Amino acid sequence: MAEFKKAGSMLEWFDQRLGVINFTKVMMTEYWIPKNINFLWAMGVLLTMLFTMLLVSGIFLLMYYKPDVNMAFDSVNYTIMQEVAYGWLFRHIHAVGASVVFLIIYIHMFTGIYYGSYKKGREMIWISGMLLFMLFSAEGFSGYMLPWGQMSYWAAYVITEIFGGIPFIGDELVVWIRGNFYVADATLTRFFMLHVLLIPLAILGAIVFHFYSLRFPHVNNEKGEFFDFEAEEKKYLAGDKKGSKVIPFWPVFLSKDVFVMGVFLIFFFYLVFFHYSFAMDPINFDKADGLKTPAHIYPEWYFLWSYEVLRGWFFEIAGISGKSLGLMAFGFANVIFLLIPWLDRSPLVKPANQRPMFKYWFWLMIADLMVLTEFGKLPPTGPNAWVGFGASLTFLVLFLSLPIITKMESKKKAGGK
Amino acid sequence: MMDESRRGFIGKAFGAVAAAGGVASLIAMKKTWDPLPSVMSAGYTTVDVSGLEANKLQISVWRGKPVFILKYTEDMKPTDGRSVKVGDHYYAVMIGLCTHLGCIPGYEEDKKMFKCACHGGEYSPDGVNTFGPPPRPLDIPPFKIDGQTLVLGEEGPEYKKMTAKA
Repeated sequence: MAEFKKAGSMLEWFDQRLGVINFTKVMMTEYWIPKNINFLWAMGVLLTMLFTMLLVSGIFLLMYYKPDVNMAFDSVNYTIMQEVAYGWLFRHIHAVGASVVFLIIYIHMFTGIYYGSYKKGREMIWISGMLLFMLFSAEGFSGYMLPWGQMSYWAAYVITEIFGGIPFIGDELVVWIRGNFYVADATLTRFFMLHVLLIPLAILGAIVFHFYSLRFPHVNNEKGEFFDFEAEEKKYLAGDKKGSKVIPFWPVFLSKDVFVMGVFLIFFFYLVFFHYSFAMDPINFDKADGLKTPAHIYPEWYFLWSYEVLRGWFFEIAGISGKSLGLMAFGFANVIFLLIPWLDRSPLVKPANQRPMFKYWFWLMIADLMVLTEFGKLPPTGPNAWVGFGASLTFLVLFLSLPIITKMESKKKAGGK
Repeated sequence: MMDESRRGFIGKAFGAVAAAGGVASLIAMKKTWDPLPSVMSAGYTTVDVSGLEANKLQISVWRGKPVFILKYTEDMKPTDGRSVKVGDHYYAVMIGLCTHLGCIPGYEEDKKMFKCACHGGEYSPDGVNTFGPPPRPLDIPPFKIDGQTLVLGEEGPEYKKMTAKA
């Protein structure tokens, strides 16, 4: 055992045993962030905070929630909402938080795409981030089932049915996932387990991994500039704070993040107290009934774009059924963002507005996602079905053309010099 | 063998035991998620069709799924391979879940067709898809005819004849 001297202070006592001084330096006071950033760089900290709020509100809901088809609906809508003191508050925080966390995830994600923060050494940051997006999607889907309302039931039904499209094993796979021939008690209880234990554990692990993946390539900046972090760190530590291009995570970066957080929290609690109904669909206040399909089934807003990609394909092409085409497009939509670091063939790391062709691609993609989201909630009849098809096709074409566009762009750049 | 030393052997032996244990655990985990025996055996539903009215949809439940039973009117022609004759009358017997994504279509008596509200799929009264995203006609559940009653979940000779044709 190492020789321990008598500690002169409590800090020294802990430092001897846990190395807290060095740990604080590595994690906080000497973790360097570029100066040249804007409020969009605060989204990561916002997401960490939102996840914490979801975790805490979830723990309180967990104390009264009952994962049983006969009790789930009343445990949420009667016990938690009416009997438990402030139960409504935790439910509203949880429901609004689950919706808003996706808003911030999308802002975070599109900031990354806009500034090219996924390439030249930042690939693992992007991949771990997309992994988090998938885990949050699974978490949102499994959680939506728990109140056991009509939308819970039918969303669960339709989404698990999607696995039936997998060749050969599809039908058995659906029964296996549900634990029954239909969405039943076994389904509710196992998705409850996924929602409160397995997926949150995976999310925690993925968050740690995502943070870790930032340490070597460092955070990108507004101009996509590459500079020597060690040299800038030395400058800062030597006292040239003005000349250095970096600031420490704590307290300098976080002091600004706390301001963004404050503004965000005003918005967030305005929603929680006065405008929570957008996150709680009225149809879900009818108890689940497997024999009565609601007239119109749609997912929460954050899944609408991929849902519209799925159902945009409503007719047969070249002998392949609309259902299979939709499933293929849906599968494509769910993995394609993961591959962006390799679809973008231009080595340039610059904000989109400084890239001659990518800027059009970026805003077209955003516009297409908005159209998909808008039409994903409308009934798919008449012209709506065709807009859905067009937007879904546009989505595929946009991503398939990204390598060509970016290749052309980098050639143009080289030729211009 | 690459490494014939004792240490190499112990390493491989440990790897083999760990792999066997891992596979065994995966099998156990997979089976834990399987539907329970009570779920698998739950179920034969019997429906007496003698009292049904023509062109009025009867919905029965079999294994948690709605089963449509529609008695044909005199002017509705039986479809080969899809209509079931019980006594003197023809019936359509099918699982009432849209083959697109599993919603329950509604029956419109005046137009004599099924319409699925979710994604606009349409079916004829015998369950053949006529419009929209459904990739195939409504599925026919296994059934057996026993006098004036239908036993859902059991494969009778009429059902076997139907599936043999398809």
